[in-house]
Amino acid sequence: MRNLTGINDLVVRFANVNGTGSASANNMFAMSIFRMGIPVTAKNIFPSNIQGLPTWYEVRVSDKGYLGRREGVDVLVCVNPQSMKQDVASVKSGGYFIYDNTKNLHKDFIREDINYIGIPMIGICMRLYQDPRQRQLFKNMIYVGALAALLDIELEVVKGIIADEFAKKPKLIEPNVQAMMEGVKYVQANYSYPLGIRVERRDLVGDSIVVDGNTACGLGAVFAGATVAGWYPITPSTSLVEAFAKYANKYRVDPETGLKKVAIVQAEDELAAFGMVLGASWNGARAFTATSGPGVSLMNEFLGLAYFAEIPAVLVDVQRGGPSTGMPTRTQQSDLLLAAYASHGDTKHVLLLPSTPTECFNFMADAFDLAERLQTPVIMMTDLDLGMNDHLTAPFTWDDKRRYDRGKVYSAQDLDDLTAMGKQFGRYLDVDGDGIPYRTIPATHPTKGSFFTRGTSHDEYARYTEDGVKNAEVLDRLLKKWDTAKEITPKPEFYQTENKSNVGVIFFGTTTYAALEAMDLLRDEEGITLDAMRATAFPFHSSVEEFIAAHDQVFVIEQNRDAQFRTLLINELEVNPKKLIKILNYDGMPITAEAIRRQIAGVLATV
Amino acid sequence: MTYIKPKFRHPDLPKNSIGYAKADYEGVISTLCAGCGHDSISGSIVQACYEMAIEPHRVAKLSGIGCSSKTPNYFLNNSHGFNSVHGRMPSVATGANMANRDLIYLGVSGDGDTASIGMGQFVHAIRRNLNMLYIVMNNGCYGLTKGQDSATADQGSVSKSGSVNPFEGIDLPGMALELGATFVARSFSGDKTQLVPLIKAALSHKGFALIDVMSPCVTFNNNAGSTKSYDYVRDHIEALAEIGFVPEKEEITVSYETGTTVDVELHDGSVVHLQKLADGWDPRDRQAAMRRLQAAKAEGEILTGLIYINPESKELHDVIKSDLRPLNSLTEEDLCPGSAALELLNEDFR
Repeated sequence: MRNLTGINDLVVRFANVNGTGSASANNMFAMSIFRMGIPVTAKNIFPSNIQGLPTWYEVRVSDKGYLGRREGVDVLVCVNPQSMKQDVASVKSGGYFIYDNTKNLHKDFIREDINYIGIPMIGICMRLYQDPRQRQLFKNMIYVGALAALLDIELEVVKGIIADEFAKKPKLIEPNVQAMMEGVKYVQANYSYPLGIRVERRDLVGDSIVVDGNTACGLGAVFAGATVAGWYPITPSTSLVEAFAKYANKYRVDPETGLKKVAIVQAEDELAAFGMVLGASWNGARAFTATSGPGVSLMNEFLGLAYFAEIPAVLVDVQRGGPSTGMPTRTQQSDLLLAAYASHGDTKHVLLLPSTPTECFNFMADAFDLAERLQTPVIMMTDLDLGMNDHLTAPFTWDDKRRYDRGKVYSAQDLDDLTAMGKQFGRYLDVDGDGIPYRTIPATHPTKGSFFTRGTSHDEYARYTEDGVKNAEVLDRLLKKWDTAKEITPKPEFYQTENKSNVGVIFFGTTTYAALEAMDLLRDEEGITLDAMRATAFPFHSSVEEFIAAHDQVFVIEQNRDAQFRTLLINELEVNPKKLIKILNYDGMPITAEAIRRQIAGVLATV
Repeated sequence: MTYIKPKFRHPDLPKNSIGYAKADYEGVISTLCAGCGHDSISGSIVQACYEMAIEPHRVAKLSGIGCSSKTPNYFLNNSHGFNSVHGRMPSVATGANMANRDLIYLGVSGDGDTASIGMGQFVHAIRRNLNMLYIVMNNGCYGLTKGQDSATADQGSVSKSGSVNPFEGIDLPGMALELGATFVARSFSGDKTQLVPLIKAALSHKGFALIDVMSPCVTFNNNAGSTKSYDYVRDHIEALAEIGFVPEKEEITVSYETGTTVDVELHDGSVVHLQKLADGWDPRDRQAAMRRLQAAKAEGEILTGLIYINPESKELHDVIKSDLRPLNSLTEEDLCPGSAALELLNEDFR
């Protein structure tokens, strides 16, 4: 058997039982590698359950900085007998299977082509600890220690992480360090270490941070000045509003009075959550909600009202596996069409497509500016992978000179000036020719600027009308506004200064990680160079259509069954559908570079 | 169609203490059927706001969908209005109220909008004690779709087409009491002397104030056999007390025999004065109010008046401890932690 070897290029997968405290131990393992200056990414593959079912945590270490998921497991840490059979099968030939050898391994779990490393985790715990909960928690630290010895992780770094983790409960630092060292000592006494596959200190992460997208969005909402959040718990968006609440409590509470410069209301359902956002936005506050696909389905009617009555709103859709209740704890990009055209009648909505936590933070701040500038809902499309998994990402930055763009809002003075000029306020008058009218906030002026917001057909003065021509004029103006949106939403990112190939590739969101790695694989291993574009917003900027026009073939990579992004391109642009080739993944796991490379190479080989 | 009233106002119209004439509280001309109870309620709202000298622009009027929900267009022209989607006014009102706690929130809904499609939101607005006045214009039928029974139609009530409602009607005040509502009243669109002071008291109440107003549908539910017709309601109405509303700082000049009156002081200093009290009822005793309501129902009476009030109630802003300033007035300086805080925060993620 040839053992796997290599420095800083491996995937370690932990097989745990959920609800046993393994997540924090696994996170300490990943952060130790990060603090050794090595690019690392972690994926939590968890069940829709609170306690007792299999859960996995996958850590990818990559000197090249590839942060997408990679196929194949080099080292598997087995702490869950339930899933042992599939875990044994998942290890790459020549890889390592680390298990608890307190009891002998059944012969069914023996493969000739992988290495078995037994660590008597339960045995050590039974010997050292009396309390069952301690036995369970310290077991996790024992395997962290064993792994540190086997993979050559610096013990001082691990100890530093433990100290940080328990900074608020310093009594726990020493026992955790001791448990970790038990694992180290066992490896040192029984195996030759480190393994051929291991890590080594680098200086490759710079000032990067490790954070999940939900935290980034919640924090972005605080910086953007959101003051009202209506929400309803749903995986995988719940932690976003929790992060918002956490940072609002940190930064927005008056130390003397305890009063908060925020109102967070847990709604009775997603309809109400979005209704609260509209009420608050209509009344001049910055408001948002976060949900997932099932919540967006419920919000459809209100989204149509917001579009037609022109009320700003920020909505984050942390997409999960659909359809229906689907796979609540798996990832997909399958709500694009739902979000883009939510609600009955002719409606369409601005979507932002962040691909990293840093971009989640920045786009969240932009979303509030755009929603108020455009007076329409802006939907942030993230997904479970981006929202709930930790990502290595650029540090957050904020320009203190930045002012919130509250859009076109008439003040009392503006209204008096209008009167002085002999003009009348019209809520839906296109004064500037960009399709965006002026609004007033309730209570602005005692006698001017009031209007009746309605979802019924209305004229420029917000009066009910059944005049079909008037209604068509409003619909046409909304299209003009749509064109304005194309110019002020984030521009696509191009990865070449000028096009070099007749084949292009388009991707967005979390697909970016795997897509960029796939480009390298295609170039280095297949000799194929592609031009690439990352979409960041809907509606599409004119450069998107130009990019497609400049190529004979364009691969559209996305994580859903029906090639929904490709549908959006065909629907909104004058492009030949035959040029657009779908590259898909919808198994609920983040798409891999290998899967993209296989599909693209396959298509190009048959041409 | 939009009807626009003439702007001309007689210069000698009487003005209230802030210089507004009653006409300044009106809206556009109603498009509801002639004789509709809802228009009388709009009139009572205008009267109450005029008499209370409320600045119209300090009121936000919100509604759902249906005949009732059209009415905010027919009063308080200088108030911003929000005609939302069917059954969802409470959530919009919640968000609006969170954004600016200083305005007066007046929600108008109907029996379909409240007791069927909007039941969930109605219930949760009560549960949170959202600071608003919630008026249900209750006619027991779906007027705008030509008279189908609604969920508040009484069992056995006969519709215009002659069919008998086989289902139990939902009693909104009873449910609101059960849910812990802090101001519960019922009235009749045709009884302005009762309705106007009730609206005033409700507007002064801190917390969720429900007024369920029997408001007959002249077109589809005013026939013999209907329990929501003008005739039936007039015949079966039973008032809990005569009600008077005394604004802050005004002295109560008339004195009554001890035990026959109750004065309830509201948080803003105004007083609700009740006289000729019904037996076995105290407006500050939830249990007594529920018993009295049940008893009236058993006797086939429509109990009206202020059924229950808790003048000490804590509204949603008190519960979530939000800033005393309207949140919509806060700026970057109040809200954004700034780059230095962010630098420190980045350290937490390394």
